[in-house]
Amino acid sequence: MQGSLSKDAIIVIIVTAILIWIMPFIISTYTLTVLIIYGMLGLSLGLIWGFGGILCFGQAAFFGLGAYTYAIAAINFGESTIPMVLAVLVPAVFAALLGAMMFYGRLTDVYLGVITLVVTLILFKFINSTAGPQYVIGNARLGGFNGIPGFQTLNIPGRPDDYIWGDSYFYVCAILLAVVFFLVSALLRSSFGRIAVGIRENETRMSLMGYDVRARKTVLFAAGAAIAGLAGALFANWGEIVTPSLFSLGQSAEIIIWCIVGGLGTRLGPIIGAAGLAYLKFLLGQQMLIDNTLITGLILVLFVLFLPKGIVPAISNMWKVSFGRRQLGRIHQQRRIRHRGRANG
Amino acid sequence: MAETVLETYGLTMRFGGVVASDNVDFKLHARELRCLIGPNGAGKSTFFKCVTGLQTPTEGEVYMRGVETTHWMPHQIASLGIGIKTQTPNVMDSLSVFENIWLAARRFFNSREANRKTQDIIERLALGAIARNDLGQLAHGERQRVELGLVAVGDPWLVFLDEPAAGMSAEDVERMTGIIHELNKTTAIIVVEHDMQFIRSIAKMVTVFHQGKILMEDHVDRVMSDPTVRNVYLGKNA
Ligand SMILES: Nc1ncnc2c1ncn2[C@@H]1O[C@H](COP(=O)(O)OP(=O)(O)OP(=O)(O)O)[C@@H](O)[C@H]1O
Ligand SMILES: [Mg+2]
Repeated sequence: MQGSLSKDAIIVIIVTAILIWIMPFIISTYTLTVLIIYGMLGLSLGLIWGFGGILCFGQAAFFGLGAYTYAIAAINFGESTIPMVLAVLVPAVFAALLGAMMFYGRLTDVYLGVITLVVTLILFKFINSTAGPQYVIGNARLGGFNGIPGFQTLNIPGRPDDYIWGDSYFYVCAILLAVVFFLVSALLRSSFGRIAVGIRENETRMSLMGYDVRARKTVLFAAGAAIAGLAGALFANWGEIVTPSLFSLGQSAEIIIWCIVGGLGTRLGPIIGAAGLAYLKFLLGQQMLIDNTLITGLILVLFVLFLPKGIVPAISNMWKVSFGRRQLGRIHQQRRIRHRGRANG
Repeated sequence: MAETVLETYGLTMRFGGVVASDNVDFKLHARELRCLIGPNGAGKSTFFKCVTGLQTPTEGEVYMRGVETTHWMPHQIASLGIGIKTQTPNVMDSLSVFENIWLAARRFFNSREANRKTQDIIERLALGAIARNDLGQLAHGERQRVELGLVAVGDPWLVFLDEPAAGMSAEDVERMTGIIHELNKTTAIIVVEHDMQFIRSIAKMVTVFHQGKILMEDHVDRVMSDPTVRNVYLGKNA
């Protein structure tokens, strides 16, 4: 990555401000809010998969865990600030334990995928089976397949009666996504982030350099889960109900598709992939002609075949080809020509 | 007498019926340069892997600067200040030369110091012109040099090089010789090589492996003129 962190900050602020201003003219803020939340969820997997090389089939588990943690805590506390914090912490701790088990157990990528998938399934089955009155945490009934409705939604910190909803809630979500995006950028610029990318590229080499790959992957995995948990809490507030479908494998699969379509190894790609595909799903949901999942599947296949690196890398490549050339010195150009054969291979 | 940086006692590695490393007792002093030679399959790489934690030996003990490291993991061993180059290239292909070396430096220095160290090594290895190129784009000799750079950048006191000159041009080999001599001023080095000319140009002491065992350990001239060693290399019965 080039440029500096302060430049990142300025760009994020400007772009966020413009989008917050313009987008509501095109799409309702209610819909925009959930697109933002999905964008954050996409970013959470984009971070650990795209930059850490950890393909998690259970990112929805952390999303659901965040949402449920928020709902349960909100019922018990009767306000939203502590529940929001818990909704970030609980998935992060859960992921740290799960990650430590997987990474210290030296599981290969395949088993990692299987385990995260199974954990999601177990959570889904478990939450589904908690319809009985014996499943309570404090004052909150888990409610099984009916989910948990009627919890306290987001309020101004310290003032439980001042709810944040409607357009204000849209602003809060947009700003939170911008903040998370900035934090992810900072993380990736830091030594920790650069080392994570090194681990993605070659674990053996990094451990031969003296890095404890297991510990670092565990930390990154937990960071991804924290972001997914925050997205989950925001989703709970948006929907005003949490249900087991948050944990579904379908949800997990969708997050993976968002990342592939948007572009792995970029920060923006998973966000754009998530918001774009979720909006498409929303538009398709308003008609009855074609099945929704069919379209999503078709898009995935088309991307894998024709744009395997995803939208964002393709656009930035196009940008470089059409505008970047003049800035490069002659030597650079020659080198590029020399390497073109391999780069295109 | 100089400090001992590496000792192994009865190091043995079995793969099913194959004894790849057989009861190896080995000793290396500080700032010593030692070459390991032996025919293909003699157990040189296995010895390396057992000592650096990439494989866990079936039996035996390993000590580094007097600390027992027998069941340590590679990152713990590397953290002691040990540089390791494996036989197969082990680099980050989609990252730049600078980033590869910087990541190695960052393990032992803070970010700013790592920048300086990286620049320094890049200059010493004459990699300046390609510092921003991805490693995947480079020629084999250049990648070997980069890998040597990331092994050296952390100021190690013990370096393992498994076939650093393999597949390189004469010019590259010569450059590699210079680099190894330079490195040897501050660190002990063990080099596995097949190229006899290269060994002659860098080594004094040579250890010969054969069928997992140490066959002979002596000055390079005596090793080269030894009839048993010649037989082993020519594939006759030892
Ligand atoms: N992981 C393994 N599983 C089974 N056998 C192995 C394994 N690694 C090495 N061996 C066997 O151990 C013996 C020693 O192999 P090693 O790679 O140490 O030889 P080497 O001296 O490095 O040879 P070369 O000069 O070809 O690199 C060989 O017979 C090899 O087939
Ligand atoms: Mg070998």
